[in-house]
This record gives sequence, C-alpha cells and structure tokens, in this order.
Amino acid sequence: MNKNSWILYIGILVFGLVAPFIFPAFKVQLSILCVLIVLATTWNIQGGEMGYNTFGNILFYGLGMYLCASVQVGMFFPLAEWTESGGEKTFVHTPSQFFQGMAAGLVVAAVVPTIVAGLIGYAILGLRGHYFAICTLGLGVAAGEISGGIEIIGAGQGFTTPPFPNIGGLEARGEFFYFLSFGALVLTFIAVRAIYTTRFRLILNAIRDNEDKAEAMGIETMKYKITGWMISAFFCGLAGGIMGGLVGYIDSTDVAFDGREMGVFMVLMAILGGKGTLWGPIIGATLFHFFKEGFWTFFLGWQYVALGVLIVVIVIYFPEGLMGWLREKYPERFGEVVDEADRKAQVELK
Amino acid sequence: MDFLVFQYPMITIQACLDGLLLGILFALIAYGMALQWGVMNIINIAQGDLVILGGYIAYFMYLYGIHPAWGVIVSPIIMYFVGIAIYKLVINKVVDRDLFISILATFGISILFMQLMNFAFGADVVLANSGYGTTMLFDNNVVLPNSKIFSAFISIVFAICLVVYMKRSKLGRAIRATAQNARAAKILGVDTEKVYAATFGINAALCGVAGALISITFTIHPYMGLPYTIRSFMIVIVAGLGNLPGVAMSGMGLGIFEEFADYILGTEFRIGSVFLLLVLILVYRRFKLSRKREYLK
Repeated sequence: MNKNSWILYIGILVFGLVAPFIFPAFKVQLSILCVLIVLATTWNIQGGEMGYNTFGNILFYGLGMYLCASVQVGMFFPLAEWTESGGEKTFVHTPSQFFQGMAAGLVVAAVVPTIVAGLIGYAILGLRGHYFAICTLGLGVAAGEISGGIEIIGAGQGFTTPPFPNIGGLEARGEFFYFLSFGALVLTFIAVRAIYTTRFRLILNAIRDNEDKAEAMGIETMKYKITGWMISAFFCGLAGGIMGGLVGYIDSTDVAFDGREMGVFMVLMAILGGKGTLWGPIIGATLFHFFKEGFWTFFLGWQYVALGVLIVVIVIYFPEGLMGWLREKYPERFGEVVDEADRKAQVELK
Repeated sequence: MDFLVFQYPMITIQACLDGLLLGILFALIAYGMALQWGVMNIINIAQGDLVILGGYIAYFMYLYGIHPAWGVIVSPIIMYFVGIAIYKLVINKVVDRDLFISILATFGISILFMQLMNFAFGADVVLANSGYGTTMLFDNNVVLPNSKIFSAFISIVFAICLVVYMKRSKLGRAIRATAQNARAAKILGVDTEKVYAATFGINAALCGVAGALISITFTIHPYMGLPYTIRSFMIVIVAGLGNLPGVAMSGMGLGIFEEFADYILGTEFRIGSVFLLLVLILVYRRFKLSRKREYLK
C-alpha cells in the first residue's frame, strides 16, 4: 500500500467520522448510504468476483433484520405479546437494555445468516449460471411470503422494532445509527480489502472464469464458493440488523425481504460501479443513492417506472460499469501494461 | 393446517380437478417460455407481467360491455405487437449476451410493467365475470365453474394450433431451425432477427391468451406477475425444452400441487410454497446430476 492510498483512506475515515456533524440533516441518509455500500460490496464478492449472480442475498439481509429485532425484544419481554398488539406501548426498553439488546441482536443477526448460508450453500451453489440466479430469486421471494405468514414475528401487520430510548432525542438516535452503520462499513471494507489481497480472490476469479478448469486444477471449488457466500451472508445479516433498527418497522415483503427494491438495488449498484473491483460497488452505491434521493421525489409515484428504465438502460448500455469504462479508457492507471501501437490499432478497428 | 382434505374424498377430487384445469393454463404459459428460451436462449422474467397485461385487456373489454371471452381473440393480437415492441426496444440487444444480463434486463421490464399497470388499472384485485355458471358433479359435492372448463378447452385449442403451426408453416420451420443452430440457419438464408422478433411476439401472444383466460377464471392484480414467471420456469426445467407432453404433464402436476398446498397449508402460504417448490426441484436435480459429475446447463 503506497502513501497516496493511506492518505485517501485516512481522508475518507475522517470525513466519515465528522460527516454527521457537518451535515446534521442528512444523518439518516448517510446511514442508509453506508448500509447500501455494505450490501453492494458483499454482493460483489458473489456476483463480481465469483461470477455467481445472486438475487438471494436479500434472504440474509431480511433474516438479519428479523433476528436482530426479535433478539432485542425477546431478551427482555415476551415476543408474542410485543408483536401482537403494538407491545412497544406497554413495554419500554431502558437505555442499557436497548443497547445490550442491540449488541446481542447484531451478533445473532450476523452469525445465524452465516450458518444458514453454510447449510444451504452446498445444495444451492451446485447450481450454475441462470439456474442459480432464478433459484436464489425464488429463495428470496419464498422467504418473504413465508415470513409474512408467521404470527410471532408480526405476520402481515409488521413488526415494530424497539424505539430508541429517550436520551438525547432524535439527534442521539441519528448519531447512534450513523456510527453503527459506518462501523459496519469500515469493518466490511477492511475485511473485503484483506480478502482481495489473498489467494482466495484469485480462486474466486478462477471459478468465475471457468469453473470446470478450476476444478481440474485441483481447487475444491465448492469449499471456496460456500466460504464466499458465508462472508457475504455475514455482512448482509449485519447490515439488515442495523437497517431494521434504523427504519423502526419491519414488514415481510416491503422492508425485510424486499426483492423488488433492496434485492435489485444491490445488484444494480455493483453493476453501475463495475463488478469485480473493490471500489466499483462503493462508487456505484454512492452514485445510485444520490440519484435515488435526488430524483425519487422528482419522480414521485413514478419511482418504480424510473427504476425499471434505469435497470434496463444500465444493463444494456453500461454492463461493465463505471470502473470498467475507466479501465478501458485509462488502462495504465489500473496497472496494466499498454502497448501504444496495439492500442492505436484497436482504436482504429473500432 | 387443515386436514379435512384427507377425511373427505370429495375435497380431494375437487382439488385434483381444480388443479388439473389450472395446470393446463400454466402449461400454456410455460410453452411460451420454453419456445423463446429454446430459440433465443433468454429467460424472460417479465413473462408473468405479460400474462397480467393480457388479462387486463380482457378485463377492459368486460368493463366496456363486451363479453370477456372475446379477449381470447383480441388480447393475443395486441400482445403480439407489445411483444414485438419489447423485442425491438430491449431484447434484441441482449440476445447474444450473458444470460444474467437478459435476466436482469427482463427483471427491469417486469418492474416497469408492474408499476405502469398499477398506475393504469389501479391496485385492486379484479376479475372479468363471464357469467358461465357452474357445473355440479358427484351429487353436488364437487363444484366446477364452467369458466374453468372453458379456459382449459381454449388453452388446449391454442396449444394444438401452435404445434401444428410450428410443424407446418414456413415461419415455424424457420423458428425450429434457428432453435437448433442459429448460425447455420443464418447461412441458409433465415432472417434470424425476424425469427427472434416473431418468437417473442408469439410468446407474448400466448401470454395474452393465458392472461385473458386467467382474468375470466381467477383474479388479476398488477403485482401477481412474478409467480407466473416462476411457475412457467419450473414447468420448463422439469419437462425440458421442446418436450410438449412433458410441459402439459408437469403443468397439471404443479396445478394439483398448488391446490393441495392451498388446502393443507392455507392460502397465505400458497405463493410461498410455489417458490419453495422451485428451490427444492432445482436442488433435487442438482444432486441427481452431481452423482454423474454433471450440472444443470
């Protein structure tokens, strides 16, 4: 790592730490941005590096959301009564209970989806290409439909997460969730960056480029695929747990297992930025969030129409993403050796 | 949980018959999917939304006082052109590319259609009343709406027409040739671009027929598209591409499964069970193939 990148990282870290105080009105938006970056980055491990395009990471996100809230409530109060009749009015978390519950909830929200990914990974990661994509799409929708029928987590009427204790009001709530999600973002970035410098990333890329050949070279691809999926699930679950607390209300198909929104967003963000790169999903998520927040109000009511058009346009005209485009334009910056004559010839060919 | 279904054989018969008639409709949609999957190697996530759009065409005829059964004729004609338009705007740019690109692009179309239909027709569950009455069987213990029998009959008629058309006509032969080997067909003078457009149009028209029938027999709603896509995908992977009797059989099987899931698990888990069944079927096929060190292609 050279000096310039250190300056960049420290600059981003400092900016992240002071951002809620510079833009106090946008704390919630910034927290959501952090969660979106985590989701896009972890999707990229799957879709970008491993070549297993999944619609199913929403499963871990929603699972984490429900688990975190359930643990936070269930540790101190009866869960069934809470969800049945708006229990948040009768039972009140003291500040220490709230934070203890949140901590325990986040641990469960990260660990259980990881285990689930490990368990179902062997069965599902044996599918390839579009079968995998459709299977994970089915998994996500099935989870939403089934969780919408389970009474104890609120069924169709939703689940209100514990409200933030009455200390410091809205400001403290915003700062708490911002730093929580920023912490998750930093953790994810460090982990993913560390992974990407190891042999593990090369193996994932080998699986993406040609799985049969990777197997023939003696790589136990299944082991690595499952590990990759478990890493994705860990951070997705964590992000889900934080998002549940931030939104304050969990609905099975509109918030938790929202394949139509969050499930597509994470794919779109990674593709927009450029899949298979470290910075691509981060840039893509940031751009997407700015676009979404800037134009969603402008399109009021037509968001999904805009979203549909956006997906089609990005996928057809911009499948390599921003990083892919930059890479084609300035290959030297990406450490590729360029033969000038060859490049000129290629430009002429085009 | 309701185990009434095992105690009263009449309910079992009812569920089987309902499922059978429903399954024939699913098979029609799946046939369209198999056609375009085989020819263009594209999985169309917007399949279900085309079905629902076709249903709304019939529903609108009903609203304007025309008998919705005429939708079976009108809807495919409109849907054919909708299909061609979608092909020209989007699909022809993703035909030769990575399969995931086509899945994602059609997913975008699906979201777009869903929302546009929501704006145009409202978010209410609607049905077009055909006024066909019901048929009672087994001492009035089994109730069969005539509209269901009508829809199954029409589906079979359309499927047979299409099979004959594919076998006999010039375009049908070109479509089959393109499905076998697009490059060779091109060399021999088949305009594959036109064939692709026609295939997608025929697929959309089949969806239109199915949608019109669904609006008569069941209900339609802007957001109900995705389950139809998943059902047809499931039927196609169970039956395999180009296996028409298989598509019909697995369609009926799925219909019966759904009716029983509805009775046993409850209506709220009906859609969930369809999606779970998809996952189970894929996982089952995966383990069966992995014994021979193969995978689903």
